[in-house]
Amino acid sequence: MADKALEVQGLRKSFKDQEVLRGVDFEVGRGEIFALLGSNGAGKTTTINILATLLKADGGTAIVNGFDVASAPEKVRESISLTGQFAAVDDILTGRENLILIARLRNVSAPAQVADDLLARFGLAGAANKRAGAYSGGMKRRLDIAMSLVGAPAVIFLDEPTTGLDPEGRLEVWKTVRTLADGGTTILLTTQYLDEAEQLADRVAILHGGVIIANGTLDELKKLLPPAKVEYVEKQPTLEDVFLAITDDKGSGTLSCVHDKVPDPLSSVGSLLREGSDPDE
Amino acid sequence: MSKTIVLFGRLMRHILRSPDTIITVLLMPIAFMLLFVYVFGGALKGSLPAGTTYVNYLLPGILLIAIASGISYTAFRLFTDVQNGLFTRFNSMPISRSAMLWAHVLTSLVSNMISVVIIIAIALLMGFRSSASFLNWLAVIGILALFTLTLTWIAVIPGITAKSIDGASAFSYPIIFLPFLSSAFIPTATMPKVLRIFAENQPVTSIANTIRALLNSQPAGSSIWVALAWCVGIMIVAYLFAMRAYRAKI
Repeated sequence: MADKALEVQGLRKSFKDQEVLRGVDFEVGRGEIFALLGSNGAGKTTTINILATLLKADGGTAIVNGFDVASAPEKVRESISLTGQFAAVDDILTGRENLILIARLRNVSAPAQVADDLLARFGLAGAANKRAGAYSGGMKRRLDIAMSLVGAPAVIFLDEPTTGLDPEGRLEVWKTVRTLADGGTTILLTTQYLDEAEQLADRVAILHGGVIIANGTLDELKKLLPPAKVEYVEKQPTLEDVFLAITDDKGSGTLSCVHDKVPDPLSSVGSLLREGSDPDE
Repeated sequence: MSKTIVLFGRLMRHILRSPDTIITVLLMPIAFMLLFVYVFGGALKGSLPAGTTYVNYLLPGILLIAIASGISYTAFRLFTDVQNGLFTRFNSMPISRSAMLWAHVLTSLVSNMISVVIIIAIALLMGFRSSASFLNWLAVIGILALFTLTLTWIAVIPGITAKSIDGASAFSYPIIFLPFLSSAFIPTATMPKVLRIFAENQPVTSIANTIRALLNSQPAGSSIWVALAWCVGIMIVAYLFAMRAYRAKI
């Protein structure tokens, strides 16, 4: 049991007469990136909100980091961090002040040091003393995720981390998430983008009609389909490839490798984040 | 408690970084004070009790208007936190769930007391004089603080539940208007009967009369108890509704 970061069993939740979750079961191992995939309104956010102790379930159990969300919500809140659907940063404070604020609230020692480390790690050092309200969408999201890392919580919930971001912002976030997982943090992320789940997750669960209808590694899920046929198709660049190629003004050239081949995540993560892919710089 | 202080520090930084909110809050009451004292003051002199200068008569009402307009920013700040997700973020962190709400209440109290001090300073420049003792001043500050708290708990309700910024701050307009239909600017004696009955029995009249009496070292009589009863009564009702809205949100 101790190797599980999340254990969810028979989770049920209704809003008025609408039954959103009808017995959701899944488990996430420590250090795993687990993607909850589903269309809009499938109940992804509801699930996350229950796990983050923001909502009470109508039935079922949810154990986070060994603590029951219903009976030990304070312990759960000490174990987790929630990054909601929209970047929750204080626009009036600077990036650095945002991080220091969270560090103080989490009783972390040396808040300023923690803030500076995270700013450097997320390529925000150059914008540290700018108000977060002046950040681009991608930078805001990176700050948002950095704020979730303060105090090194065991489990991080990322609710649709790339919704509303432009393609570059999306890549920034993907790289960030991969870096996190390397540090041993358990990540539960929700997404409605199939490629996002494919790019990031160790395991994927599909939430549909209030229940998990499929759950496994990407390879396991692929086996659910009829065997693949071999076809020869000319690889046309997608509009995203084109967009990224012609807007790539950093000269790093690392952006183009995203789609058809997955590079070793580490190699591109480090360099691009540190380069400071900050459009305002 | 220490978390409340951290969050309070954050909100005070907001206020210091948006001087426009300070100016907006102060500008209107100061403009009213100038208008009433220098434009209408001469003509109104006859209706005032003998020996009272108009700026002395007027100041309590101006202070109440300033607090009522300051309070709309309390709702605005809370609304912004709910809207941009910080409310949710703090609620998923290991801090007491009331810490954030109390930080807003404390910010409201402190920022309004700052406006009160600034307005009193300007009134002094305009000739306001008080013979009040230290104890009387303490009582005045206490009543203004109580009035602020009462309006703050009212402001929390739209701050949490409003769907738009306009909705979050619109509640304060009738409250800002209330002093005009009271004894705050002019004694109620010359008002038409219906209006006079309303004016004499609404909370602002007793609060303004109490503060005026305290500042002029006159006996406040029963008006102080009426004022306290209004404030405490409204505050309890507003607090209960605010906490209900708050709990529904988390």
